[in-house]
Amino acid sequence: MYTLSVNKSQTLLGLLQVQPSYGYDLKQGYDSHFGARKPIAFGQVYSILARMVRDGLIDALGEEAGSGPDRKRYAITERGRSHLRTWMFTPDIPSAMLQSDLFAKTVIALLVDENAEDLLDIQRTEHIARMRTLAREKHQASLADILTIDYALFHIEADLRWIEMTSARLTELKKELAS
Amino acid sequence: MMTSITATTAPLLHARGVTKSFGQTEALRGVDLDIYPGEAVAVMGPSGSGKSTLLHCLSGVITPDSGTVTFDGTVISDLREQDRSRLRLTDFGFVFQFGQLLPDLTALDNVTIPLLLAGVKRSKALAKARHWLDRFGLSDHTGKLPGEMSGGQAQRVAIARALVAEPRLLFADEPTGSLDSLAAENVLTAMLEQVREIGTTLVIITHDPRTASYTDREVIVRDGKLSAASESRIGGNA
Repeated sequence: MYTLSVNKSQTLLGLLQVQPSYGYDLKQGYDSHFGARKPIAFGQVYSILARMVRDGLIDALGEEAGSGPDRKRYAITERGRSHLRTWMFTPDIPSAMLQSDLFAKTVIALLVDENAEDLLDIQRTEHIARMRTLAREKHQASLADILTIDYALFHIEADLRWIEMTSARLTELKKELAS
Repeated sequence: MMTSITATTAPLLHARGVTKSFGQTEALRGVDLDIYPGEAVAVMGPSGSGKSTLLHCLSGVITPDSGTVTFDGTVISDLREQDRSRLRLTDFGFVFQFGQLLPDLTALDNVTIPLLLAGVKRSKALAKARHWLDRFGLSDHTGKLPGEMSGGQAQRVAIARALVAEPRLLFADEPTGSLDSLAAENVLTAMLEQVREIGTTLVIITHDPRTASYTDREVIVRDGKLSAASESRIGGNA
């Protein structure tokens, strides 16, 4: 079974675009969407938040009386929004492994009302471009090389099937995420 | 490569605002598409997205409700039916997924038909058909009936027939949809090699990314329109 290796910074940033939140709520949000097999540690949430504050992607709002990181509420900045969009709409490099970040991009896009269909289309184009390169490499290749290339092609095709299925299920997924 | 072609050349096929409904169902809802000479383009999309209807509109088999399709400067929908038939006979070739060969005719006779319909003398037509079967590696199968050949062989005969009159544009609708992976690959490789050699432009309808990977680029039809990703690529190239 694959374990999704989700891009934690981007997904937390995405959750902050949905609404300003406390670290605790972010952890809950992350775990419910992406952390079924591998919940995120509190410590990691706070170190990511600190880094994003430093980079100007989020602001820490209204520090309340008392101590502890949970007293801070965080909100995405304009810069953070633009950073998130760039991540979302930049296709991943197709590899022979599961495109786990793509799953995260899709969910975040639906949560923040971006066009998830477009990002899947952009990714599809990237995947087919990769297949095109591989198909060309087959022309002059030895049979052994052809078989290796075929292996890569079939894995990319598996990703593409996932993209098709997900594309067809976006409306349903959006409903589920909203509930 | 695409950029240099599109920057300097007028499109061979130019569709703008094409719509088509069947009863209450809007199959196409305003498609803009440019196909440039010599390129191979995959039209992709899920079942029911309108991609076959788009192919029928592009090839003049049906007339759009609104919008225009222009082939090499001529608006296809303005032509009389007999002129459109002539266009389909002389300038367009067609390949489909199933059942396009006449079952009672040999491979050679099947490939000869388009030439005879175009008025080529029988002896010359036979020679040319033999030549095309040879180009598809079918020299040993000229006397076979479609039912006596494998799926891949039959499909290569169908493609040879579509190309024998050397059309300027070949339309293929899921041409390898009924073949296994290896046969599909062999058929596609042969088809692309031949269309590139004679400079025929290819529009191939497929839901299969592997098939699309043999072409120069793909456009995606969804709910009767080209997807935004496809549109932005048009904008980028134009």
